[in-house]
Amino acid sequence: MDVTSSDSALRRFLHGLPAVDEAGARDRAQALAGRSVKSDAKRTALDLAISMVDLTTLEGQDTPGKVRSLCAKARRPGHGAPPAAAVCVYPDLVPLCVEAVAGSPVRVASVATAFPSGRAPLDVKLADVKSAVAAGADEIDMVIDRGAFLSGRYLCVSEEITAVKSACGEARLKVILETGELGTLDAARRASWLAMVSGADFIKTSTGKVSPAATLPVTLVMLEAVRDFSAAGERRVGVKAAGGIRTAKDAVRYLVLVNETAGEEWLDPRYFRIGASSLLNDLLMQRVRMETGRYSGPDYMTVD
Amino acid sequence: MRFEYAPAPESRSVVRLRDSYGLFIGGSFVSGSSVFKTISPATEEVLAEITHGGAEDVDRAVAAARHAYERTWSVMPGKERGKYLFRIARLLAERAREFAVLETMDNGKPIRESRDVDVPLASAHFFYHAGWADKLGYAGFGPSPKPLGVAGQVIPWNFPLLMLAWKIAPALACGNTVVLKPAETTPLTAMLFAEVCQQADLPPGVVNIVTGDGDTGRLLVGHPGIDKIAFTGSTAAGKEIARQCAVSGQRLTLELGGKAANIVFDDAPVDQAVEGIINGIFFNQGHVCCAGSRLLVQESVADSVLDALKRRMASLRLGDPMDKNTDIGAINSRGQLDKITSASQAGEEEGARRWSAPCALPERGFWFPPTLFTDVASSSPVAREEIFGPVLTVSTFRTPSEALQKANATQYGLSAGVWTSKGSLALEMASRLRAGVVWANTFNRFDPASPFGGYKESGFGREGGRHGLEAYLDVVATDVAGTVADV
Repeated sequence: MDVTSSDSALRRFLHGLPAVDEAGARDRAQALAGRSVKSDAKRTALDLAISMVDLTTLEGQDTPGKVRSLCAKARRPGHGAPPAAAVCVYPDLVPLCVEAVAGSPVRVASVATAFPSGRAPLDVKLADVKSAVAAGADEIDMVIDRGAFLSGRYLCVSEEITAVKSACGEARLKVILETGELGTLDAARRASWLAMVSGADFIKTSTGKVSPAATLPVTLVMLEAVRDFSAAGERRVGVKAAGGIRTAKDAVRYLVLVNETAGEEWLDPRYFRIGASSLLNDLLMQRVRMETGRYSGPDYMTVD
Repeated sequence: MRFEYAPAPESRSVVRLRDSYGLFIGGSFVSGSSVFKTISPATEEVLAEITHGGAEDVDRAVAAARHAYERTWSVMPGKERGKYLFRIARLLAERAREFAVLETMDNGKPIRESRDVDVPLASAHFFYHAGWADKLGYAGFGPSPKPLGVAGQVIPWNFPLLMLAWKIAPALACGNTVVLKPAETTPLTAMLFAEVCQQADLPPGVVNIVTGDGDTGRLLVGHPGIDKIAFTGSTAAGKEIARQCAVSGQRLTLELGGKAANIVFDDAPVDQAVEGIINGIFFNQGHVCCAGSRLLVQESVADSVLDALKRRMASLRLGDPMDKNTDIGAINSRGQLDKITSASQAGEEEGARRWSAPCALPERGFWFPPTLFTDVASSSPVAREEIFGPVLTVSTFRTPSEALQKANATQYGLSAGVWTSKGSLALEMASRLRAGVVWANTFNRFDPASPFGGYKESGFGREGGRHGLEAYLDVVATDVAGTVADV
């Protein structure tokens, strides 16, 4: 799609997208949240959700020990569960992760581009990305320049994504829209398309550092965007919901949303991810409950 | 990856069905002369035996209502009447699950709808009108408006409990007593409501419920002891009632059929509009008098809206109404299924192109897949007559004025929908659409504070809101002595 030739071309394109009615989108998300997922369907959903988790730690206090234990958990969550999709860390911890997950299907994702604010010059952001890729990151989670987006400098945002994409090389690029700062679902839809036409492999809701992070309505709008992009003959872009998803029940609601919005093609760790830290243990607890018929408790889950 | 939801049926154990139900007259259940059976439209199993109310039964019920009106209800201060209504509202909310399960068993609508829409709204109607009972002097109908007397009320099968609430709550709040006839195919929640009246210690005779068929309904609306008739149902039956009471001096309100236009402009929020189209016509299997059964879509976006609509229709889950994930339940009766089937066949024979969602229909029970017709001539009966089923006709327009003309070109005028991002266009359309309710960027949304009713052959009178009170008050009375509004 060549709509990225100029600011005005981008503006015409993005503002020509169908509007989103906030009340209607919230209603639809709420209706889907009411789906009842039981027995076999729940078993399937729990394992699918586990295999979609980007097990994440993004704290100033992250240490090699903490990250090693996270990697071990991602490889073998325990209780017979499948491995998580990826671990997601700051760039300096990538080498350690690469070593810790070697030989497993777990991918290494690194945030970059002056995460979480994105407030750095482009060359610094690109250096950030290149160093993470050089260290072996399989996936890069970049943040967009929300200031540029909100002031209408769409070309600036687009060029930055394109530049980061080319710096990624083989690594898959997740573009964080930080929808909590965009204000409206209309803006979330425009940012989704802007990221997609600029080369994103994934569009991601949030950094997890801003509230609200992932919500069902905003994820609904992003799923509609990837569905429509694919239906228009373009490539299949993934969606990552990140931040605030803490319970198995919530995770299953997101899977229902994916199933009934984008469709079953997206029910695959290559096209849908959940960025979370504490969620995995709740998924495991529910999994144990499904197997034994009894509720487990947090004391039986590891702290990683 | 394929993700099938496992069956998630709501338990029926909360409902205690009796083998047979009598008539509710003078505060207790009494037997009548003959009986009929009510079945579950999803399985065709017989649920219970229901008493068929005859002439004597109607006489008894009207007499009980008259007695209660004169001795108790019309002389009771409004604030006391309000207490009973609040009590009923709370009991409906407390026993919501029981009502929802029973409604779904008897009507065939999905449990999700009876649980999330019918029962909560029924309770809300009683709460709303309970609040009016001691404030009628401030409703704008003079300082002490009077009740009318005994109301004869006949309700349809599409929202059995909700229509009961729409009828009984305002009548009681205004100081009238009632004789209500539920629809022949859906009497069970009315009988459970009778139990709630007993539980609430409502004075005997204030609410009387006489079950039966169309003949029972005719006996009731033709009864000389009735002061006010309220009917919701088909336009044909409404016309018959209007003729019958043309010279009787009885007050009448009619809420009849519809063929509502749902208008989608090119700047509409498409994904939400598609949800609104679905909700407009497939909510409650299209058994909705205000259903958005005529889709008018601006030609420039028609193809993309239609593609999105078909994709969404294909994802609708049709089947066991008791399953919490079911979107489309059973057609209420074999008779209604036959009507829908023959209307659709007639549409195809006239050359309209039919598309039905590819969903498997259960073997037992009454089912019809969500269906739309394109290439429909405006003159075709499928585009003009109320089908009262999950059947949508699609046509296009070029300009707002053409949309308006097409939307208004119907003998009905109950509701309409407008989808646009432009507020001024929505308001302009709303002011020129000849319909009792106009929804902008939503559809089939109800609230007890909002009046509902029709233009033209959709009937007259309003239900709900301050406007709805007028149907149950003698607003021209000048008697200042006052019998009821001593608040």
